[in-house]
Amino acid sequence: MQDLETKQDLDVRLGALISEHQHMPGALMPLLHAIQDNIGYVPESAYSQIGKALSLSVAEVHGVVTFYHHFRTHKPGRHVMQICRAESCQSMGSEALEAHAKKCLNVDYHQTTSDDAITLEAVYCLGNCALSPAVMMDEEVYGRVSAEDLDALIAEARA
Amino acid sequence: MMTTKVYVPRDSSALSMGAEKVASAIALEAKKRGLEITIIRNGSRGLYWLETMVEVATDQGRVAYGPVKAKDVPSLFDADFLNAKNHPLSLGLTEKIEWLKKQQRLTFARVGITDPVSLDDYIAHDGYKGLKKALTLSGAEIVKAVTDSGLRGRGGAAFPTGIKWNTVLGCQADQKYIVCNADEGDSGTFSDRMIMEDDPFVLIEGMTIAGVAVGATQGYIYLRSEYPHALKVLNEAIAKAEAAGYLGDKIFGSTHTFNLEVRRAAGAYVCGEETSLLESLEGKRGLVRFKPPLPAIEGLFGKPTVVNNVISLATVPIILDKGAQYYADYGMGRSRGTLPIQLAGNLKHGGLVELAFGVTLRELLYDYGGGSATGKPIRAVQVGGPLGAFLPESQFDTPLDYEAFSNIWAVVGHGGIVAFDDTVDMAKMARYAFEFCAIESCGKCTPCRIGSTRGVEVIDKIIAGKDTAKNIKLVRDLSDTMLNGSLCALGGMTPYPVLSAMNHFPEDFGIAK
Repeated sequence: MQDLETKQDLDVRLGALISEHQHMPGALMPLLHAIQDNIGYVPESAYSQIGKALSLSVAEVHGVVTFYHHFRTHKPGRHVMQICRAESCQSMGSEALEAHAKKCLNVDYHQTTSDDAITLEAVYCLGNCALSPAVMMDEEVYGRVSAEDLDALIAEARA
Repeated sequence: MMTTKVYVPRDSSALSMGAEKVASAIALEAKKRGLEITIIRNGSRGLYWLETMVEVATDQGRVAYGPVKAKDVPSLFDADFLNAKNHPLSLGLTEKIEWLKKQQRLTFARVGITDPVSLDDYIAHDGYKGLKKALTLSGAEIVKAVTDSGLRGRGGAAFPTGIKWNTVLGCQADQKYIVCNADEGDSGTFSDRMIMEDDPFVLIEGMTIAGVAVGATQGYIYLRSEYPHALKVLNEAIAKAEAAGYLGDKIFGSTHTFNLEVRRAAGAYVCGEETSLLESLEGKRGLVRFKPPLPAIEGLFGKPTVVNNVISLATVPIILDKGAQYYADYGMGRSRGTLPIQLAGNLKHGGLVELAFGVTLRELLYDYGGGSATGKPIRAVQVGGPLGAFLPESQFDTPLDYEAFSNIWAVVGHGGIVAFDDTVDMAKMARYAFEFCAIESCGKCTPCRIGSTRGVEVIDKIIAGKDTAKNIKLVRDLSDTMLNGSLCALGGMTPYPVLSAMNHFPEDFGIAK
């Protein structure tokens, strides 16, 4: 993931990703993933270019992007922390962990800390249910996470 | 001289307990001491409370140590663990560990034993025997074997797999598809993830057999975006299978073609519903489709499509290899074979237990699970994910069997069991069930889209003690509408956790028991 420099930069990177994916059957989902992996989010300003390439209206592209929790339309912090809210983690105290994270980071879900270090997201199951509560930092999963473990993860992300 | 083989899992639950650091520490310590070792990154044996579980190969079999932290590594070397010597973390011979020994691992036969991305290892452990057998049979004969095995959809709906395949086999079309539903979103489940991360070739083989059986040349694995490790492992395994000629044109020198691709989902729970999944694969919002037409007749891009769960497909190779009867000999009643059960939530010993159908919840919770992690009494368990019923202690003797669960208005689902201790507030759990449905509803049908939000509001009133009797009745009416009027299981089964919580734990709702 690399930050966008200019509008021109966006057009160039989008163009490359679109030509790489547009001929796949059911191309929109793989394309949106590629854009988010590359840019960090799916800019709304990209909708018309995507739509043109795939013969979709801007509304259809918008509809798909906003249907799926994974896609975001704004730049996230340097790290994304996802806390599992599902039943298994609840049975092991994830509610207290959520409250602790929100308090320490001074943000709610879908928000980014003021130093731009961490975006906090809720997630519904990470498949680590035998080791609840679970947290994912970027692409790494952590199990049996205590408040102290969370503090350490936050400190590491801010370092 | 042969170097000592040391096994450190690469499964993401093991990684979540620091397996990567343990592997690095072992490599570093061995180097420091001038010892030659080979570290193999195997899958997890599924004894998750013992992760990171390190194993050392000996003449008697593999010897295990766990749970190992990176800081324990120097003392393991000091104790000479490379020669299987004793250490406070010793667990003895892995195969003799009671928890593992009593299991009946068919689908999970190789999980934790092999290197997941080694094709040679897979083949050395009976891999691709099922496909080789299938290539000697006609499509109808393969379908018959799957039907005769009694295998039912392990994703949760428990529909007979062979019947689905037979419908696709009977369709005339220029293109057919095999779609693997790997959008394992139920809380308390991780068996799909384990297969994909720890034995990906068995899924690839199962899908290839399905393709050969029904005449489909293209397969897709629709994988949830929350599983980045599974994505890497699957892509690596697919590339190896292609390079070996086990995927692509003329597989194993036959006339069959089968191509396979992983597609990432994007965090929508409803896409685990098969028609919503197909919409998503086509690049659309995951709106649930009306049925009929069945996906088997008009599925992906309007073509006949087999949509099966990971575990269903990963069970096909052993059925073809050992025969339908071998598999059907396990189980009870109409639930044939084994179920990979996932013990989760507030349990001391969480992990993967594969057993024939018929084992009771009580055996699973106490004999395997070891009781609650907190040491408090287990008050409720939810079986089958967020749309499964909550069961009280009085129902713990129910055997795991699709029909036995159905008789007590519960579901086996994908075999995930989440335990709660006596601090659980069941009114809060009922509220969460509605809230989850509201967050994840695709919005197509009214009972689910609006009912879920109204449900949260009414439960809030009950929790606040406002007009309890009237509002309880309202929740029951609303649940009735959702049960009977929703388009798919999301709205249609949200009443299971809600009503079971209310029926079995009325005191939490401020009503008399």
